[in-house]
Amino acid sequence: MRYEILPHTADGKFRAYGATLEDAFANAALATASLMWDWAKIEPRIERSIDVRGRDREQLLVKFLGEIVYLFDTERFMLSGVKDLEIEEASVIRDPQGEADVPDHLSEAGARLRLTARFLGDALSDRSEIHGGVKAVTYNEMKIECCAGAAKAGYVIQVVVDM
Amino acid sequence: MELRKISDIVWEIPRQGEMKVPALIYSSERLLKDIRNDLTLTQARNVACLPGIQLFSYVMPDAHQGYGFPIGGVAAFDLDSGIISPGGVGYDINCGVRLLRSDFREQDITAKRKELLAEIFKEVPAGVGKGGVTKLSRGVLRDILVKGAEWAVENGYGTAEDLDRTEERGRMRDAACDHVSDRAMERGAPQLGTLGSGNHFLEFQKVDRIFDAEVARAFGIDAEGQVTVMIHCGSRGLGHQVATDYIEIMENKAGTEGLPDRELVNAPFKSEIGQRYYKSMCAAVNYAFANRQMIAHWVRDVFKKVLGRSTGMSMVYDVCHNVAKVERHTVGGVEKTVCIHRKGATRSFGPGRSEIPAAYRAVGQPVIIPGSMGTASYILAGTREAEERSFSSTAHGAGRVMSRHEAVRRFRGEQIRDDLARRGIELKSTNWKGVAEEASAAYKDVEEVVRVSHEAGLGRLVARVVPIGVMKG
Repeated sequence: MRYEILPHTADGKFRAYGATLEDAFANAALATASLMWDWAKIEPRIERSIDVRGRDREQLLVKFLGEIVYLFDTERFMLSGVKDLEIEEASVIRDPQGEADVPDHLSEAGARLRLTARFLGDALSDRSEIHGGVKAVTYNEMKIECCAGAAKAGYVIQVVVDM
Repeated sequence: MELRKISDIVWEIPRQGEMKVPALIYSSERLLKDIRNDLTLTQARNVACLPGIQLFSYVMPDAHQGYGFPIGGVAAFDLDSGIISPGGVGYDINCGVRLLRSDFREQDITAKRKELLAEIFKEVPAGVGKGGVTKLSRGVLRDILVKGAEWAVENGYGTAEDLDRTEERGRMRDAACDHVSDRAMERGAPQLGTLGSGNHFLEFQKVDRIFDAEVARAFGIDAEGQVTVMIHCGSRGLGHQVATDYIEIMENKAGTEGLPDRELVNAPFKSEIGQRYYKSMCAAVNYAFANRQMIAHWVRDVFKKVLGRSTGMSMVYDVCHNVAKVERHTVGGVEKTVCIHRKGATRSFGPGRSEIPAAYRAVGQPVIIPGSMGTASYILAGTREAEERSFSSTAHGAGRVMSRHEAVRRFRGEQIRDDLARRGIELKSTNWKGVAEEASAAYKDVEEVVRVSHEAGLGRLVARVVPIGVMKG
């Protein structure tokens, strides 16, 4: 199982699974998309490069999943799959100069983690079916766990998104 | 959690551990059952631990679990020793409600209600992924963020009188867009003048009961059967992104260690980051005011087109549900300026407050409380007592009790539409699953919420309105 949607009073909640942290992140992306559209029905016609940084895994996850919301709001991009997801750890990753997608005021971070990936998907059209809107990715009840309990065989990620 | 009962509708979590003040809960036994089922009380206790909090961490009768602060959470902070927190405002900054009155009676629109709804659907973009009518340039968007509903009126959407009847006159003067990120601007640019999705809606209603004729008259509500229009929406992706950005900026600055919940991250109100967030939040508030102003204008256009006139369709009021503000309050005989956070709560200024329109100064501001889809909504009036009891705040809606997931499992959107049709209520939506999610059974009983508000003196009952036509995103 890649992910499961869980009950939550006001919003969207899911658990995503993966043998590696990278797999679990990619499945969390599909879970997020599944709250808005059926990603399996979207043709992978367009590709977008993702490059986000975070001070810890939780912030990296919020920013990574936030890319799905951002790309949908600004480009009507509907995610169908995630490829080549890599998470890199360094003592300090400096924000590269002149990279337009990293707002200036976020560069104070001194981020420790960097995630790169390719998003596959298609643009919204008249034929697209949408069944929900994700406003924001939250830290509420967020868990990223490894190798214990339900996560014995790998990673489990739990996320609540604001809808 | 151990609650001390103060009365049938007031409860306290006594100060303990790290709490700087106790928490005060306005709720009935019945509403408490739901509140105890989720993390509302824990979140209220967490809020009570924040620096500079004044008197109590308050919980309104419609409260449910939120992020950081509960939804229905109210907290006032000292300007010098206190904080400002994006989690205390919420993601949908200035999600709010606007109510228009009219001279129409139910019978004037009964035959035309399908047509009205169809036309509104054409004029007001709604639903996930639906863009606005105009693609805004960065310059125009900056203007909107600074001037709010004033920008809309200057550009032909509505009248100056509308501004008088809007909280903050539709413009928070502390707004600045220098620290609103490019991403927030990019998300906001295509969405101005759109309703959005989730619990947002637009309703044609009729007044079905008047509790206080004198106050109702002051609000422009004259008779049962009178038609009103309610618009419920917010700052769309722009506000969501401002919240997301500043949660990140604040945690990068202050770290997350020691926070019981990461979304309680905050900054001292007067710090540079605190002020950047506050001014950016005000900009998002203004975007939402402009948004509702444009939608109200289109509603009048549609009434004029379908019914031949839109005279008398003036505003009752426009209220914010998710906001932080600097307000002056006299509590316990002491006058003090505070930064008040209302997250899923409505300001309820009573008679005499200079911030409310002259026409309402003798009776208190209108408080508009939308019910769940297809049920009643309420018009209340702010009270003097609310200042002492909740820093002039009351409930904001019904509040969910059932998950969207569970609602979709139990209900079908088309079935809800047919049930409503049998009760004479027209429903139109872009998304039947979304309709199922908003089934009224997934919400608390709004009647009980407003009863507690009334009895606690936070906001007094004035009138009840019920839907005739509902448009959902």
